Amino acid sequence: MLELSILFPSILNGLTTGAVYALIALGLTLIYGVLHIINFAHGALLMIALYGVFFLHQKLGLDPYASLLVMVPAMFALGYLLQRFVIWRASHGKDENILLVTLGLAIVLENLALYVWRSDTRTIETAYTFSTVNILGAMISVPKVAAFAGALAVGAALLLLLAKTDLGRAIRAIAKERHGAKLVGIDVEHVFAMSFGIGLACLGAAACFLLPSYYVSPQVGNGFVLIAFTIVVLGGMGSFAGALAGGFIIGVVESVGGLWLGESLGQIGIFLIFIAVLLFRPQGLFGARA
Amino acid sequence: MKELLALMGFGIVMAAVPLFVSSGFALNIIIMTLYAALLGQAWNILAGFGGQFSFGHAVFFGTGAYVAAVLQVRFGWNAWAALPAAVALGAAVGALVGALSFRYGLRGSYFALVTLAFAEVFRILSNTFEFTGAGVGMMIPLTESAADFQFASRAGFLYVILAFTLIACLVTWWLKHSRYGAWLQAIRDNEESAAALGVNVFRVKLGAIMISGALMAAGGVFYTQYFHYIDPHIAYGPGVSVEALLGPIVGGMGTLFGPLLGAAALHLLGELTRSLMGDAPGVSLMTYGLVLVLMVTFLPRGIIGLFSGRAAPAKPEEARRA
Amino acid sequence: MLEVRGISISFGGLKAVEDVSLLLKEGTIASLIGPNGAGKSTLFALVSGFLKPLRGSARFLGKDITGLPPHEICRRGMVRTFQIVQPFAAQTVRENVAVGAHLHHRNRREALARAEAVATRVGLAGQLDKLASSLTIAGRKRLELARALAAEPRLLLLDEVLAGLNPQEINEMLPVIRAIRDSGITVLMIEHVMQAVMSLSEYTWVLNYGSLIAQGTPAEISNNPQVIEAYLGRGTAERLRREAAGA
Repeated sequence: MLELSILFPSILNGLTTGAVYALIALGLTLIYGVLHIINFAHGALLMIALYGVFFLHQKLGLDPYASLLVMVPAMFALGYLLQRFVIWRASHGKDENILLVTLGLAIVLENLALYVWRSDTRTIETAYTFSTVNILGAMISVPKVAAFAGALAVGAALLLLLAKTDLGRAIRAIAKERHGAKLVGIDVEHVFAMSFGIGLACLGAAACFLLPSYYVSPQVGNGFVLIAFTIVVLGGMGSFAGALAGGFIIGVVESVGGLWLGESLGQIGIFLIFIAVLLFRPQGLFGARA
Repeated sequence: MKELLALMGFGIVMAAVPLFVSSGFALNIIIMTLYAALLGQAWNILAGFGGQFSFGHAVFFGTGAYVAAVLQVRFGWNAWAALPAAVALGAAVGALVGALSFRYGLRGSYFALVTLAFAEVFRILSNTFEFTGAGVGMMIPLTESAADFQFASRAGFLYVILAFTLIACLVTWWLKHSRYGAWLQAIRDNEESAAALGVNVFRVKLGAIMISGALMAAGGVFYTQYFHYIDPHIAYGPGVSVEALLGPIVGGMGTLFGPLLGAAALHLLGELTRSLMGDAPGVSLMTYGLVLVLMVTFLPRGIIGLFSGRAAPAKPEEARRA
Repeated sequence: MLEVRGISISFGGLKAVEDVSLLLKEGTIASLIGPNGAGKSTLFALVSGFLKPLRGSARFLGKDITGLPPHEICRRGMVRTFQIVQPFAAQTVRENVAVGAHLHHRNRREALARAEAVATRVGLAGQLDKLASSLTIAGRKRLELARALAAEPRLLLLDEVLAGLNPQEINEMLPVIRAIRDSGITVLMIEHVMQAVMSLSEYTWVLNYGSLIAQGTPAEISNNPQVIEAYLGRGTAERLRREAAGA
């Protein structure tokens, strides 16, 4: 079959990509778990964040990792405002409208980007763009390693926030029992907006880690949306451990799939897994049976 | 019945258009509006009448488009002969997606997601193999002969798309006035109660998705013949899937004329934005996205909902919650 | 007409229905009573095909129906209503009932006509063109009943058809149910409204914690100490016994 010397770097690359996927999926699963929103705009919002990192680099010379300090709070604010003033209003508080509203939002964002920035793909170049590091014999690019470490760090921070802070407790309470949480005095709308904000903050961080080894274009979000959904469903809607595990699994499946089946066909494994999970185990690996 | 007369009138008026309009530009707009109405009606049958919201309806469209292209280019078939084959395959893909999804009880958002996944799988497959032209796509040779399902003047295409759209509308009319349609709408409004009243939920849903798939495939064939070109992104990408759902949501889901009204309204809006803001990329689509958000927020029953309380709301759960 | 033998189902560790057997005679009105959570609706779901039993069997009109899907059992003549009414909210009363009529009538016009007739029988004549979502709770209960009747059942399973109705509405419903039986349909009802059970039903089964604890005519079971205990609890039952003994 495949030699270890080829397989090993592929797996490592898959893990580094998977970490960023996990970060994106964490935001999505948080938003679903708390708000029961299947956020179709997640990919488009990542695209916006990527453009943010790109222009911070191009206009202000800001290193993408330094941009974390700007992007994370900025995306958080965007998320808070979007949820509180747009999505909440549009959906009348009903879960089912939200599917179409977030789809509409995605279309607006994607085409706004197309109008303003045209369809060219853009990349950034930093001092370390082409550096690699040797991990157990495999040469992995530095940006990817940094992405891996960064995604894990942010993921850990998020889990800490959920476990240890008052906000985190409120979020978990609402995720489990929305009406009960209201009854004990939790300001549900505020927590909803905070959760959406945190979800988008994850995207801000993911964008900073992603851009050095990737690119941005108005359509870039489309590819990520489906992958993010696959991970969230695979891991279990609303499960954070699931998003992490799912992210790594999908990252490796994509990488090894690309190795085995070629660039084009390689991604098919992801979506076949998606279909299979939806059909045979919709609660995912860690989710509760609906 | 009144509705049939209205449809007939609509058909006659549309058929007469080429007698008065000769501008290729105007005819193109009318053709594309009818085309959008066809796609919308197909989606409406499954979502508006059946309550199953698909976000990946392109999977059926692309199948029709590629079957037409492949049969002509690789096997030398006549385009008219390819049409029934494409429609049949569209229904077959419908059966595949439906059998799997409905057998395993997928509903609501999960069903929407799985249709998206199927569309993506087909996109990847068509993008990979030389048989379908891989990433470059396929072109069908330009003959401009009616015998090849191509026409020198746009009028010919208009008659064809008008015929397809009228067929879709007749199917929808039948759904409104038949036992099968009553069963389908019962499933939409409350699956359990429907089952308790003797409705074979699986079979009825399966039939609906097959009909919907067949009509989408016909749209796909038309696309291939009209534009002479198809590629994975056009065939199976989000564009067609979104186009299919916009019309019914704007016009009114679960109604006969909703998709027609919606298609007309959207194209009117598109032309308006184009005249105001020029041909910049993304402008009309951005407007459509805004319209989608606004419609769902303020007018979930669509334009028709303004005039009658009868249109199915754009959210099946609302009906249940009443 | 309906014969259930040893039917059982568990959810997780909970034995929702445990080894229940009953024999329902044709042409009667019978009832199934018991405290909340006793498993009555679950038994309905088992018998009408919405749940598959773990053990046991059910026979309807002499044929085995265990494990058949709900639409198939409905076609054979057993129609159930739901405790929490589930109308086709986006459709009119006439259209709702027509769905039931379509079971035996293919033609749309015919189904709509029959729907009108059945709805009238049940007292909904004035509301035929109203949307189901605009009906009061009493109206919805009648609609649920009319839909089921339109399907021309031999056996009608009514799940708390009187719940949520005020005393006047109950009094209006009772003769309707009696008329249904008189027209040849067997009725099995889950009920909490004792007045209805006593006055309407000829035979009663009592369920508690998933098991059958008593059966008999309403008079018989109302004096049954186990039934009293099931509804009122051991303490109150004891007290009532002492009082009765002392009186």
